[in-house]
Formats: sequence, C-alpha cells, structure tokens
Amino acid sequence: MVRFEDVWLRYRHADRAPEAEALRGISFEIEDGGFRWLTGPSGAGKTSLLKLIYLAEHPARGRIEILGSRAARITRREAALLRRRIGVVYQDFRLLPQLDAYDNVALPMRLARRSEAQVRADVDEILRWVGLAHRLHARPDELSGGEQQRIAIARAVVARPKLLVADEPTGNLDNEQAERLMLLITALNKLGTTVIVATHNTALVERYPFPRLSLEHGRLVHDG
Amino acid sequence: MMARRRGDLLGLRAALSDRLLPVLVGAMSFLAALAVGGALACATLAASWQGDTEAALTIQVPQPNDPDAANDGTRLAAVQRALAVNPDVQGEAIMSEAEMNRLIAPWLGSDAASLGLSLPAVITAQWEGEGSADELATQLQQASPGTLVKTGAIWAQRVAALTTSLQACALAVLLVVALVAAAVVAVATRSGLAQLRETIDTVHGLGALDSDIAGRFATRAIWLALGGSAGGTLLALPMLAWLAWLAAPFTGPARLGGFFNLPPALLVLVPLLPGMAALIGWVTAQLTVRGWLRHLP
Repeated sequence: MVRFEDVWLRYRHADRAPEAEALRGISFEIEDGGFRWLTGPSGAGKTSLLKLIYLAEHPARGRIEILGSRAARITRREAALLRRRIGVVYQDFRLLPQLDAYDNVALPMRLARRSEAQVRADVDEILRWVGLAHRLHARPDELSGGEQQRIAIARAVVARPKLLVADEPTGNLDNEQAERLMLLITALNKLGTTVIVATHNTALVERYPFPRLSLEHGRLVHDG
Repeated sequence: MMARRRGDLLGLRAALSDRLLPVLVGAMSFLAALAVGGALACATLAASWQGDTEAALTIQVPQPNDPDAANDGTRLAAVQRALAVNPDVQGEAIMSEAEMNRLIAPWLGSDAASLGLSLPAVITAQWEGEGSADELATQLQQASPGTLVKTGAIWAQRVAALTTSLQACALAVLLVVALVAAAVVAVATRSGLAQLRETIDTVHGLGALDSDIAGRFATRAIWLALGGSAGGTLLALPMLAWLAWLAAPFTGPARLGGFFNLPPALLVLVPLLPGMAALIGWVTAQLTVRGWLRHLP
C-alpha cells in the first residue's frame, strides 16, 4: 500500500532564495496490487511525487506510508531494504556507464545478494522480454535511447518488486515497444505488484484505463 | 551463458586510481619504516651505552704522591688499598701519563708535564655494586681527603633521557605519517565519491546499504594502501640495512652484515607496516564514505 496524508515537499535552494514548494497537501492511497497513472503538465510535481515514493526525498510535512512502513520512522538500513522492494524506472535511465547491459540489469539482484544462478536466469528472462537478449554485452553508450530505456525498465522489474514506480517509461519507445512494455507492466500488476506510472502519453492512458492521479502546480486535482 | 564475475560495480578502478594513492602511501610507509628503525636503533644503542656508562667508575686523587692521613704511604697507595679490599670494585687501573696527556691536551696542549702543574692521579674501575658508590666515596675521603669519586650513573640517566626523547620523536613521526596517510586516503576517497556521485546515487536508490558502498571503497583502499605500503617498505629495507651497518660498531660486533644486522624487532615490526597502512586505508575510506552518504536520504 502507498498512502500519502497531507504531504508537502519543498526544495531548498543553495543560493538562499525562497524555498520552492513542489508539492502541496497531497493525500491519496493506492491499495496493494493497485495501478495508477500519474498525469499532469510538465512542472506539476509528478517526478517530485515519485521521488517521495521511492524514498529519494523527505517531505517537509505530512505522512507517507510505503509498503507498510512509515517513511519518517525507518532507519537508513530499513530504508535501503525497502528500496529493494521498489522498482524504479528513472526518466533519465541512470544506467551505470561502466557496466554492460547484463550487469546493469543484474545490479538490483546482486545488491540483494541473490545467487548468481538466480541472477543469470532472471536477467536472461527479462532481457528476452524487453527484446535485448542479443545486446547483453553492450555498454549504455553503445545503446540507442530506446534500448537504454528498455534496459532501465528491465533493471526496475528484474527483482520482481512489490512496488513499481516509472517516470515516463515509454518516452523513448516506439508504439510497438511501448505496447510490449505495457504488457510487461500489466502482467507484473496482475501478479500483485503495485504500479505507479507517470506519463504524458494520453493515448496510452486511454488504452489502459486504470485510475489516475492528476497534478497541477503541486496540487492533486484528480484521484480516480 | 557463462558465469560472470560481479566485477567493479561502482567503477572504482577508474575513480580511485592506482597511481597517486599508492605512491603517497608508499612514501609514508618509507618514512614510517625509517622512524621505526630509528626508534629501535636508539633503544639498542642506549641499552649498549647505558650498560657501559653506568658501571664506569673514575677516581681522582689530588697530590697522589703526598703522604696519606695515617702517614702510612702515599695518598694514591691509600686509595688503592681501599679499592683493593672493596668487592664491588673491579678492574681498577691507574691512568698512564700518556693517556692523561691525551685527555688534557685539548685544554693544556700536548706537553702538560712541562707546565709543572700538579695533576691528580686518575684511577678507572668498574662499579659492580647494587646501589650507589657514595659509601665508597666516603671511605676514600677518609683514606685520602680530597679524593673524588664519579660514576657513570648521571651519564646513564642522560642517555636514557635522550633515548626517551628520540623514541618520542620517532613515535611523533609515526603518528604524523599515519595522519598524513589517512588524509591522503580521505582526499582520494572524496575525489572518487565526487566522480561517482551519479553512480552512487543510483546504487543507493536501488537499495544498496551504506555498508555495501563504503565496503567497496574500503576494499579498494585496502589494496591500494597495501600495495603502496609494501613498495615503500621494501624500498626502505636497503636504507635500514645501511644504517644498521653504520651503527654496528656502536652496538656490538657486526655479524653477517646487510639485512642480518637489522635488529630482530625491526624485522618483525617493518613487515607489519603494510598491514597498518591497509588498516588505515580501510578505516579512513569507511568513515569518509559513510559520512558522505549521510547527505543522501
């Protein structure tokens, strides 16, 4: 379950300019195994909200509960272990440049100290799913934008997270790849993974009519 | 697919280079080896000198050929008789005229006898008593008033104080070297953290524990410090052997020469330096990385 209660987020500026309020009084709840689109214009606060969910920011105010843990009350170690249960597709991919595609995808499993046999089986499977089984030795700078995005998606889902957070996951994909990705995400969702996908792709939202959270100027203007 | 190694997940081989850090740690280890060698050499020399100096007894008998208090012979003979019956005094010998001339030559010239000065007789001996030689001084005063007894105890104390201060200096050098080595590792680690900021952000976001990230930096620091320190220590060994060869005449008869002249304690302590450097590298990298990670949520 993901629950926000009156959550505010402010960014501090290094130059002592007034703090910018990225999110204002956000409250919503996503049940276990739920799916939400997160929509809104650029600058509405979608990425900020996702950062709070995957514990990359602390709220200025309010209460956040992620997969049964109160974000404000967990230790650093517990936060790290909680992050391992959250798959994240970053808008800018964040692939490690020194690792090839295989090792990038394997990273979450290795951090979770899974056996190499299990890593091999799961990474091979997910690379086939995203259609990149033939590119496993390529480093990120040898991959196209779309291929990098598919590797980032594979890395987010390879450890079968309980919560999947994706920031514009189809931004660099053609329609066929976007469709294939949505099949993967909905399959994970059916297996019990809670999913939150931020997107500008209205066609995709219409084709997969899941409930929607809409943000404008840091406020939640639609939930349902 | 073939089994794959986990490899360098963070890219530390590039970020924590195997050039500058090992060279600087090697230089620190070289200095540390010399400091350890210096401290041990001081201890060895001091032990040797203290033993010789503490037991040395010098007795000056003014007007040695004048009659003694009991008018039973010369003052010198009276002192010699008193020394001969004292079991704590061994190896007494009257300093020859030639030896006396050699000693006073710097002040009175090479032919002091021609000046017609009345020089005291000087007797050298070894004091083998447990306590001080004060009682002996009293006995000799009675036998021949004006006789002076000097032992090497005061010099032995001075040698001990000098040794202690030299060893304290060596320890201070070791401490400074350790602090500089730690600073070098800290700076290199911070530089590596700055280069890998995005990578660490990502790995942290994927659920890496602080201990995972710090451990990888610390492991890299261990190998770099160990390698550098081993090199620096090996380079110091010929220098130590040379210094041991120079000091050999003062510490006792030289044996086989070269490394075999090094004190056994040095041969035990010096190989520990790379281990110490590795430990400093590990602790410093751990603390630096964990402190830096506190900035992440």
